[in-house]
Amino acid sequence: MIPLSYYLILSAILFCIGVAGFFFKRDIVSIFISIELMLNGVNLAFVAFSHALHSISGNLFVFFVMVVAAAEAAVGLAIIIAVVRARQTLNVDRMDLMKL
Amino acid sequence: MHPALFFIFGGIALAGAINLLVQRAPIYSALSLVAVMGALAVLFLLLGAEFIAFIQIIVYAGAIMVLFVFVIMLLNADVPEPTRRSKVAQAIGYPVMALLLVELAGFFAAAFGATPVRTGGYLVQVAAVGQALFHEFLLPFEVTSVLFLVGVTGAVLLAARREERHGAAPRATRVHAGVPTRAMAEALSVPPNAMGGAVIEPAPQPESEPAHARAQGDGR
Amino acid sequence: MSMPTGIFILISLIKCAIALFVLLTLVAYIQLAERKIVAHIQSRVGPNRVGPYGFLQPAADAIKFILKEEVTPAAAHKLLYLMAPMISVVVALVAISVVPIGGTFHLFGYPTQFQIADINIGLLFLLGVMSLGVYGIVLAGWSSNSKYSFLGSLRGGSQMVSYELALGLALIGPVMIAGSLDLRQIVQAQSHIWYIIPEFVAFCIYLTAAFAETNRIPFDLPEAEGELGAGYHTEYSSMKFAMFFLAEYVNMVTVSCVATLVFLGGWHGPVFGPPQLQLWLPVFWFCLKVGFFLFLYIWVRGTLPRFRYDQLMAFGWKFLVPLALANVLITGVVLSVMK
Repeated sequence: MIPLSYYLILSAILFCIGVAGFFFKRDIVSIFISIELMLNGVNLAFVAFSHALHSISGNLFVFFVMVVAAAEAAVGLAIIIAVVRARQTLNVDRMDLMKL
Repeated sequence: MHPALFFIFGGIALAGAINLLVQRAPIYSALSLVAVMGALAVLFLLLGAEFIAFIQIIVYAGAIMVLFVFVIMLLNADVPEPTRRSKVAQAIGYPVMALLLVELAGFFAAAFGATPVRTGGYLVQVAAVGQALFHEFLLPFEVTSVLFLVGVTGAVLLAARREERHGAAPRATRVHAGVPTRAMAEALSVPPNAMGGAVIEPAPQPESEPAHARAQGDGR
Repeated sequence: MSMPTGIFILISLIKCAIALFVLLTLVAYIQLAERKIVAHIQSRVGPNRVGPYGFLQPAADAIKFILKEEVTPAAAHKLLYLMAPMISVVVALVAISVVPIGGTFHLFGYPTQFQIADINIGLLFLLGVMSLGVYGIVLAGWSSNSKYSFLGSLRGGSQMVSYELALGLALIGPVMIAGSLDLRQIVQAQSHIWYIIPEFVAFCIYLTAAFAETNRIPFDLPEAEGELGAGYHTEYSSMKFAMFFLAEYVNMVTVSCVATLVFLGGWHGPVFGPPQLQLWLPVFWFCLKVGFFLFLYIWVRGTLPRFRYDQLMAFGWKFLVPLALANVLITGVVLSVMK
């Protein structure tokens, strides 16, 4: 028997690690991966609340988050490919020009 | 049973997340995230969300992260070259992150510390998810399908190589049925008659082997 | 379930051990059967030196695999190179755990099933675990740091991700009719009519996608030996190669089991005789149907040529997926009209 707060704290930790990765990683793919980690942390909180409140809405929110994450990954990775093709680098510090 | 499972898989998720942050090469970050997702799927099962747990595996681990690994492979993304990383930003950033975490954790512990979570306390049946999805949440569901269509179109448009503009790979080099054509030899910057001394006609052949064999035979 | 936890774990472990033993032996002999059958299709004799009719050939192969030298390429990513075959084989073996092969029997006085884990969304579990198999292939190709491996894994990854879609969509029709994702209930719902009859189109789509999913001829482009050496496992030797090999054949068994459960009525068949026979006959029918699918795999391998890669992708995305979607739509309309 464990309290709901354990799940929520775990989700907060995952989210914060995601935020830290987002700020401190230097290559664009890792930054994107950190965003996915944040989404996962939030999903855990949604499911935990859904369980505690006996409501199905939390589950459905997670479903929609996943769907949007899938679309986002498709578009985002396509953008990354296009950018890397144009700049020949993954490092976000080198992507500082609006125009080639 | 429930606390043990929570601490095992919560620990795995935590270790994966920290590894994600520590690793420099994106491929290891991506694989750590897959481990986090697997562990989270087990936690979802503990929370009675069966459908979400397996969708997590199918969609997140099986499709989205495969896409990530794929792109990392395609771009051959290795450890990025070090650029001037702001030490000040890190020195301030990590403590601020820790502070945010402590604050969140403190709030959660205070507000939900007494709410117990029990195995089987609330089980979401797949059928119930379907019912809710196609009645209560029908409009968002349909809107996401439009979103997907836009996403697919955008992805294809963005990732498609614009050949004519960059002029890197002219269309003629596309190989058909494995026949070594003149265009292919040119693309490899080999004179057309360098392969065994015979000119290889671009005539369509059912298999590539006879073409090679004949070329070599003529050369001798 | 009212049985004590200790007994439950004991029974599960026994079932795991039996399943592992049967599966590994089966894989070894499927491979022998494959060589024999393909040999006969091509008017050869096939392996016949080791034991009567080459019956001990699998043992010889196993000894060969174990005794060969392990070669790790100097430029490989060592950790991933080591992990890739393990991921493949673990994922393949885990998938089989939810496949039910018969009714209920008694062990230590407790009722239990011919199935390791009886979970109520078994089909989703299977799809989920199968979707993870692609990691083994992708990582193997990338970590070997060799162009043939890399090309093979790129092909394998995109092929498996694409055909998984058609595979999953093909299974939706039967799931809609049965109204459940529980493999046992799907089988029980077929006691009147096997779903191969109302869902014949879905069956064809499933079969095609399953061939692509397991990287078998005519869709074995990831390991096309004529053009890529051996594809993603070019750089693997000895037991690591054997693991990929094992994973491929276990995957074949898994998709055959799913085809049997979802389309061919699982363990349904004429049941008669004394109680002991009535217990084992369903298992026999199930194995017979799975055996038919495995034979089909080998038969197709002996007779069909390999697709070209662009043809494969175009076929998957432009033909199979729309057809599967149309099938789902028609099934839904028919079901709602009949209701």
